[in-house]
Amino acid sequence: MVYSSRKPQFPHRHLLGIEGLSPLDIEILLDLAEEAIQVSRQVEKKRATLRGRTLINLFFEASTRTQSSFELAGKRLGADVMNMSVATSSVKKGETLIDTAVTLNAMRPDIIVVRHAQAGAVHLLAKKVDCAVVNAGDGAHEHPTQALLDALTIRRNKGTIKGLTVAICGDILHSRVARSNILLLSALGARVRAVGPSTLLPPGIERMGVEVFRDMHRGLDGADIVMMLRLQRERMKSAFIPSAKEYFRFFGLDEAKLEHAKPDALVMHPGPMNRGVEIDSSVADGERSLIREQVEMGVAVRIAVLEALAQHLPNG
Amino acid sequence: MKHSSASPHAATSSIAHQPLALVNARLIDPAKGTESAGGVLIVDGLIRDVGSAVTPADLPAHARIIDCEGDCVAPGLIDMRAFIGEPGAEHRETIATATMAAAAGGVTTILARPDTSPPVDEPAVVDFLLRRARDTGRVRVLPSAALTAGVNGAEIAEIGLLQLAGAAAFSDGARSIRNARVLRRVMQYARDFDALIIHHAEDPDLAEGVMNEGEFASRLGLAGTPREAEAIVLDRDIRLVRLTGARYHAALVTTELSLEIIAKAKADGLDVTCGTSINHLTLNENDIGDYRTFLKLAPPLRGENERRALVEGLASGIIDVIVSDHNPQDVETKRLPFAEAEDGAIGLETMLPAGLRLVHSGEIPLSRLIAAMTLRPAEILRLPQGRLKAGAPADLIRFDPNEPFVVDPAKLHSRCKNTPFDEARMEGRVKLTLVAGEVTYEDG
Repeated sequence: MVYSSRKPQFPHRHLLGIEGLSPLDIEILLDLAEEAIQVSRQVEKKRATLRGRTLINLFFEASTRTQSSFELAGKRLGADVMNMSVATSSVKKGETLIDTAVTLNAMRPDIIVVRHAQAGAVHLLAKKVDCAVVNAGDGAHEHPTQALLDALTIRRNKGTIKGLTVAICGDILHSRVARSNILLLSALGARVRAVGPSTLLPPGIERMGVEVFRDMHRGLDGADIVMMLRLQRERMKSAFIPSAKEYFRFFGLDEAKLEHAKPDALVMHPGPMNRGVEIDSSVADGERSLIREQVEMGVAVRIAVLEALAQHLPNG
Repeated sequence: MKHSSASPHAATSSIAHQPLALVNARLIDPAKGTESAGGVLIVDGLIRDVGSAVTPADLPAHARIIDCEGDCVAPGLIDMRAFIGEPGAEHRETIATATMAAAAGGVTTILARPDTSPPVDEPAVVDFLLRRARDTGRVRVLPSAALTAGVNGAEIAEIGLLQLAGAAAFSDGARSIRNARVLRRVMQYARDFDALIIHHAEDPDLAEGVMNEGEFASRLGLAGTPREAEAIVLDRDIRLVRLTGARYHAALVTTELSLEIIAKAKADGLDVTCGTSINHLTLNENDIGDYRTFLKLAPPLRGENERRALVEGLASGIIDVIVSDHNPQDVETKRLPFAEAEDGAIGLETMLPAGLRLVHSGEIPLSRLIAAMTLRPAEILRLPQGRLKAGAPADLIRFDPNEPFVVDPAKLHSRCKNTPFDEARMEGRVKLTLVAGEVTYEDG
């Protein structure tokens, strides 16, 4: 006799990306996150799921909201959380990374949360350690927990993701957020658009199942969700765009451009924002903005991910 | 010689004009490639009617009638490459002097080079040029704007904002973009705005000579620039056009090698066009003779076989456009040893009669010559003028292709007199130039 209330389990040991997750896997995480919201809103926020476990936040790249929300998530689940901020060395990153992984592995952590400036670095590290690994962003590749928290935010505000038109706008070329969101939202049945100047669109992006627009007005036309991305000037070796002034004029989200989206369209941004570059303050702080809610969902989603991975920990 | 003070912009804004009719003309229609007897009726700055039906007997009663006495009437010329001095080089040329020379030469639209001082890389400079042209210009002046900030070949210029300000095309003028990554991004970005890129394709490292490389340069003891300097960059550019889908115009092609590259690009369906200068079509390296610096050009004048190939390319349509490459240089920069002299020649006022040399020698038909100076530039720049048809702007010229004259530099209207055709015998002086139906130049 099987318990009828038994929920399907998240089947993966690591969370390295949205790639490889089934729609069901994603739904499991979103449902867990939904419960975690309630816990986070209580006075007593602690649970014992990870009591006695060690979580290492290994950030090779600076982060405020992702690192702190993983830290909070770990602590709310009762884990011992260690934050390691490792300055990137410009030489022989591969070796350094593997050495670091081997060193950390010897300390017997249960979960490592990793962010690295190079695409694929987290996958490499995952092969060298025995514990669970969570990708907190690798280069311009994936940032799965951001996509999950975006999906959760959308689902809570629109009821569903299936059938929605989501316009992801701006610096898609340098954005791991965009890639994870394209994979996740497409998997859950949304129509995803990539909107930006050609210089900031990855070649072949249309083959990832998105509709490409190089004009903001047309790209926003009929959109339910407008997801703005940060212009990542620190990753640009030379200008991909002429100036912040011109970028804002043609690709910055202001009230006038938002008019082209559906009347009930909602605005998102993964942060940190360049106000007056990709988004106008009136929109970022306006009543259609979900930006603050995204941060709250960030903690809930990270609790859900850690819980899901905890099920696979030895002796767990 | 009478000089009307009317500016074309003022003309288009006034409403009730006296209709004007050019009758008894030989109409050169570059779109149809035909020559036919007839006239043109102009009302409110536009061509109202054109053809054999336009006769003195059948005109509005109050129309002013000009009897062309069998002379040619064609659309005014559109020059896609001229340096007009402003801003920053007013000692060489101003919009007033350049457009006076243009009107006298039958050029009714000038695309101004953006590599001025300061360069046209900010919307305010575009606005300045449009206002200066409105206030002091005699023909239409279209600003082109920089492809890269400061025409330095490093960062994309504000193509979107410059286009909104009124830039008609994008170019770094006489500078070639050295960095392929920069050009690729510029092309990608310009394509989003459907902006026309006009590029001077010449490898700056290879083009270190002062004239065409070969026997003649060696005899003169001058450093040469090989034709590969042009072909290498052009070939790279076309590959990037294929990659990006940009709208690309090669500003000046001067060799058979380049024509092969352009012909292939066109055959492959790329959005590629090209121009050549009136100098390269009608002169060759031997004309440099005794170190004549007025014939020091960039790219350099080539050998006669290359010139012939260019004329054939013009006849076959591989070459779309003829430009004056008007580049005024004052005495101080030209009265120097050849290698030290500046590049460039004036050309606005002589491009039509120089081009007619090719017609008189039987090398190309008149309508093809006119098309390369009117219709084709209009199509590439997406302008309504350059056509002899009802509804088009009445930018028109009258000329007698056979009327002989000798080029007297002192009588040229440009502020500088560095013409490669000084004292040359030519045929085909422009007698009348209309811009938006207004007389801007009338000879005799």
